[in-house]
Amino acid sequence: MVNVMRVELDQVKCVASGQCVFSAPEVFDQRDEDGVAFLLTEQPDDAQLDAVRNAEALCPAAAIRLLTGSEG
Amino acid sequence: MTEALAPVLDADSQVVIVGGSVAGAAVASTLRREGFEGTVKLVSAEDELPYDRPPLSKAVLTGDMDESRLTLPLPDDVETILGVEATCLDSERRLVQLANGESLSYDGLAITTGVRPRPLPVGHDLDGVHLLRTLADARALRRDFQDAKRLVVIGGGLIGCEVAASARKLGLEVVITEVAPLPMLRQFGDKLAVRVMGMHERQGVAILTEATVDRLEATDGRVRAVVLTDGRTLPADVVLVSIGSLPNIEWLAGSGVALGDGVETDTTCLAAPNIVAAGDVAKWLHPVLGQRIRIEHRTNAAEQGMAAARTLLGRPETFAPTPYFWTDQYDAKISVFGAIPAAAEPVLVDGAFEERFVTEFHEAGQVVGVLGWNSQRELVKRRTRIGHPV
Repeated sequence: MVNVMRVELDQVKCVASGQCVFSAPEVFDQRDEDGVAFLLTEQPDDAQLDAVRNAEALCPAAAIRLLTGSEG
Repeated sequence: MTEALAPVLDADSQVVIVGGSVAGAAVASTLRREGFEGTVKLVSAEDELPYDRPPLSKAVLTGDMDESRLTLPLPDDVETILGVEATCLDSERRLVQLANGESLSYDGLAITTGVRPRPLPVGHDLDGVHLLRTLADARALRRDFQDAKRLVVIGGGLIGCEVAASARKLGLEVVITEVAPLPMLRQFGDKLAVRVMGMHERQGVAILTEATVDRLEATDGRVRAVVLTDGRTLPADVVLVSIGSLPNIEWLAGSGVALGDGVETDTTCLAAPNIVAAGDVAKWLHPVLGQRIRIEHRTNAAEQGMAAARTLLGRPETFAPTPYFWTDQYDAKISVFGAIPAAAEPVLVDGAFEERFVTEFHEAGQVVGVLGWNSQRELVKRRTRIGHPV
């Protein structure tokens, strides 16, 4: 059994604070033109779990959702 | 007060969170994330589950964001008690008294009751006169905007400026009155406040500075005009009063919790044995500044809620965040990391001051703040400059 993590990002709600990029730079980046965040990967590996949880908790627009489950 | 007074909670313990907004939700989520298996009860004076407030003066007001998108994450196994105010705290018996007659016992208590808008001494009994803090406030203001032509905003701070911009988008005529020489002066300092003022004026908003409101005039119980102390009369169908806020601490009188302009805590957000405070209401001892400060911004509420939850769980950490706030007005997104000292001059480090830019603020040879104007990506890169030598 492996843990599966999936990240959802609502770009309409995003206020471009960059808190997620700061918390989890391997998962999030920001667009050059307006700073709105985008995902570098929707399914980060387990090593990123804590970083993504921090990004979810610190997002000032509550635009990040972390979904976890098990497979296999 | 020492860290040793933080309680150790176990699976039989009950944590009560009083205040159901960003900080309260962050406490609840963090307790679960950190493995707390006991009971969590969240009490809110509002009828809604925890929701996000920043869009209330912006996209919710203009109708660009549906209310359903405001909902904040909250663990399923948190018991919510909505539409009920806490009226009293008995810290010796560890009881929170509620307005519905119930009382809740606790092993750990989080105070996240936030602030409320400061009202004018008179005038709030009139139709068309609004404060803005809650979703209910935003609904009422939005409803009044639909038939209104002229809005007067009393107070040109962050909320006042954002509502002015939203109202212009909806086609209202807008006048802002501000007691200071410039709008958003306290937040941005004079150079950038001049830039904010010019932006509003280009959008057709009149900003009357060094202007004090004397009274409101009404016809048949509905506001008709705002009258300034210099005699000027500003016709208005709708008035927003946005002149600051007051911490919701009255219910804690006599509880033994230290109160000043907020709930006073140590550097770990501990207010008293087994009691933490977080968010707009919390005046915590900043470990670097060496004094107690209170921050009324969205990001601080989330971060401080997380820190306070860890303190409740007996794992206190010194809370020393890099503060962040932003504002959206017209096509401008203005964001700040760190602090802008009153005397500091903005130092341009990227872009052009007339267009989009990043400025640093320096104090005692160190970078203490960075501000971005439509330059989010460049700003975020420069956030790490804070605390470093100029």
